Amino acid sequence: MLADLFAHYNYWVVIALIMLGMYVVMANPNLVKKIIGLNIFQTAVFILYISMGELEGGTAPILSDAFTVYANPLPHVLILTAIVVGVATTALALALAVRIHRAYQTVEEDEIDAQDARDEALQ
Amino acid sequence: MAVAAIRQRNLFAAVMLFGIYSLLLAALFVTMDAVDVAFTEAAVGAGIATILMLATLAITSARQKESKKRALVPLLAAIATGLVLAYGTSDLPRFADPQAPAQRHVAPRYLTESAEEIGIPNVVTSVLASYRGYDTLGEVTVIFTAGIGVLVLIGRTRRRRSDDGE
Amino acid sequence: MRHHIIVRISTRILVPFILLFALYVQFHGDFGPGGGFQAGVIFGAGCILYGLVFGVDALMGVAPMAVVRSIAAGGVLLYALVGVAGLLAGGNYLDYGVLGATPVAGQHLGIMLIELGVGMTVAAVVISLFYGFTNR
Repeated sequence: MLADLFAHYNYWVVIALIMLGMYVVMANPNLVKKIIGLNIFQTAVFILYISMGELEGGTAPILSDAFTVYANPLPHVLILTAIVVGVATTALALALAVRIHRAYQTVEEDEIDAQDARDEALQ
Repeated sequence: MAVAAIRQRNLFAAVMLFGIYSLLLAALFVTMDAVDVAFTEAAVGAGIATILMLATLAITSARQKESKKRALVPLLAAIATGLVLAYGTSDLPRFADPQAPAQRHVAPRYLTESAEEIGIPNVVTSVLASYRGYDTLGEVTVIFTAGIGVLVLIGRTRRRRSDDGE
Repeated sequence: MRHHIIVRISTRILVPFILLFALYVQFHGDFGPGGGFQAGVIFGAGCILYGLVFGVDALMGVAPMAVVRSIAAGGVLLYALVGVAGLLAGGNYLDYGVLGATPVAGQHLGIMLIELGVGMTVAAVVISLFYGFTNR
């Protein structure tokens, strides 16, 4: 069981980062910090997939005559797409944050809730 | 590095630390033999994401306010998720196992057939562009849509502000 | 930024090399790490560097908003049209084997064209994101 723990050490890293990212998104009231936490969560998922594609004694998946064992190229492809889609999502999230700032003059979640409550009370 | 990025009140420092974290992640990917991914992560994470966050900070404020509420429920939820994940990963194959199911299904076929069917050395490019070309088409569409979405959200404000003033 | 002379001069020297490196990564994606996405991001970052140091108006003089938008749409269109060309030549959608004299040559041509489309769109979207966030 202890040998298993050490063999799975890449998964422990991933789990720690996922917990960190989730905690930040849920607990931190600042929108930009939430976006940073979301990015950390995304990178944890990338590490999970890339570490699953790693092969003992393998090398980068570029065919050449000097090597025979290659790392698995399929997770690389998926994560490449995922990284680019992730930056697209981050850009949209940051644009939303800017828009919110324009409407509420703040990006703190509790102040936004307070302003909404005030507007509803006025109506 | 990730913990340091999150604990910063000064958001500018948090973004910079996040950029360093992305660069460290790219180095980690290189040690795991994922060179294309490392390239993209370094360019995108340490480059584009950092620039956009800095631009957002320039528009909003650069410091985070003091938080008044307790964060007990999110902490418990995060810990519970971690425990469930730890239980789930006990069945997964160990790191860099050659007998893992991920290494045996379709990947050996791509590695061996790519030389004859496509003839370019970079297997990641051949899989991305040819074997999985549909996914890449979808990805390009997503990037394009994100660009349009951002322009719709925060483009041309001068004209809109003058319209609101009328 | 206009008054920091070291930054200005070094940027003026570096930006052409950055753009050239982006083109190198684009076309050598077949032989080493690289390809459309990385090249597009590096090209966009080079243009953003120019815009940061010399002002967004200077960058808009080189790459006006309409041109950037058309390049972004053009990249996606190029990708889709390569697929349609596969249809017209008798194969399936996005089948590159029928585009050239031999299947391997067709694959090479198809891959080069779609990577070009991807790189164009990514670079153009990165530049337009920069424009959006600096409010033009």
